[in-house]
Amino acid sequence: MTSWFTGFLPYGWAYFIATLIDILVIALPLMLAVAMIIYADRKIWAAMALRRGPNVVGPFGLLQSFADGLKVFLQETIIPSAANRALFLIAPIITFTVALAAWAVIPFGPKAVLANVNVGLLYLLAISSMGVYGIILSGWASNSKYPFYSAIRAAAQMVSYEVSIGFVLVTVVLWSGSFNLNDIVTGQRGHIFHFINFYGLNPLLFPMAVVFLISSMAETQRAPFDLTEAESEIVAGYQTEYSSMAFALFWLGEYGNVLLMNALNATLFWGGWLPPVDWAPLYLVPGVIWLLGKIFFGFFVFSWVKATVPRYRYDQLMRLGWKIFLPLSLIWVFLVSGYLMVTRYGMHP
Amino acid sequence: MSLAYYIKSFTLWEFVKAHAKTLSYFFKPKATINYPFEKNPLSPRFRGEHALRRYPNGEERCIACKLCEAVCPAQAITIEAEPRDDGSRRTTRYDIDMTKCIFCGFCQEACPVDAIVEGPNFEYSTETREELIYDKAKLLANGDRWEPILAQNLAADAPYR
Repeated sequence: MTSWFTGFLPYGWAYFIATLIDILVIALPLMLAVAMIIYADRKIWAAMALRRGPNVVGPFGLLQSFADGLKVFLQETIIPSAANRALFLIAPIITFTVALAAWAVIPFGPKAVLANVNVGLLYLLAISSMGVYGIILSGWASNSKYPFYSAIRAAAQMVSYEVSIGFVLVTVVLWSGSFNLNDIVTGQRGHIFHFINFYGLNPLLFPMAVVFLISSMAETQRAPFDLTEAESEIVAGYQTEYSSMAFALFWLGEYGNVLLMNALNATLFWGGWLPPVDWAPLYLVPGVIWLLGKIFFGFFVFSWVKATVPRYRYDQLMRLGWKIFLPLSLIWVFLVSGYLMVTRYGMHP
Repeated sequence: MSLAYYIKSFTLWEFVKAHAKTLSYFFKPKATINYPFEKNPLSPRFRGEHALRRYPNGEERCIACKLCEAVCPAQAITIEAEPRDDGSRRTTRYDIDMTKCIFCGFCQEACPVDAIVEGPNFEYSTETREELIYDKAKLLANGDRWEPILAQNLAADAPYR
């Protein structure tokens, strides 16, 4: 892309414009995907409860999210008089921006990645840790008790589950020997019996794939871990005081994060843009299609869990994070590193 | 704790079972009807929006006995009456505050002349509260609009009264 612009622009400008276009090429379809995934979420949840879900706006209700978006857009932005104005408005922007920024390192194909960073996984960890600021700031700046409780809950919850996610990532990094997401994807080619392109079906990594799936639900505050917006206890959590576009940004950011976690799950354990099996004709399908398919399947699992499992109690959430996932993933780091030490590098370090 | 317990909890057995159940529900036919396009049948006794009926000759049925006003537990009905020019007793004001009404149906049971009835209509939402304070003209208009169904429902329910 840059080379096309250098024909009539200096290199710096060409690079800048090309990057901007690349960002739009990722961000705009992502927003569209978020709109569709909100619709899909409602439809799946409805179907499992024997309901119909949205089916009036557009064919099969496909335009429901856009109608909701328009409604929210036309609403008045209400800022509570006791709120800290600047932080109150910055908080949803942080959530939204962070949810988008993390997509920079997700590979959509062999070459199709915005920033092919060596330490893409570390970048993802860093960016997703930033996400909690949006929630904490909104809870604090609202100057209202339920958002504040919610912010405290969110902080503790996200920190707890980031620990086990970190260890899960370590096992994958140990196996693939790289922090670069594209290397992790290509490393999965023919991983099982030189045929199946999944790390997740490796018996040593499968438990970690499950831990990652559950932790990513907790990390994105999806049901059954949606304690931060537990409507029966704390109204709507940190979103209570928000309206209009500020609320919409939280909404988009939340689902953007869910999609990101599914993309990460697909990339780390289920072969990213590789087809599920190592069979030449399947490589004719563009990698983006495979990745999107895997993301959607992951999202279906998220909705499925949401429709099935009741909300955890807060102490159960903490117990699961600290007393089950943390020891389990820690033991697994030892197991995986021990196994690799013996099989890949020989007994002698 | 037995070994089976640990195997079950580490394989998330109960979660797997629960998810198999919800997935089977995912493919079942829907339990809900497609509401604005499909509607459930209503009983002749259905208590919906109120209406004041007329006799076939166009004379209004209400004789301003105020039994409905007296029986109304929500005190939603307000009636004022005086003799009409021909000497018959008629209402000059018959208001129902639909925001107060609890749709108990006592008014239509109290009515000796089947004037005030609760019809089959339940789709009368409004954008303001004021529109829900019905006056006599509105109630009579409702009666004219729904009369065929109202008469039919009353006839169907008559043997059980």
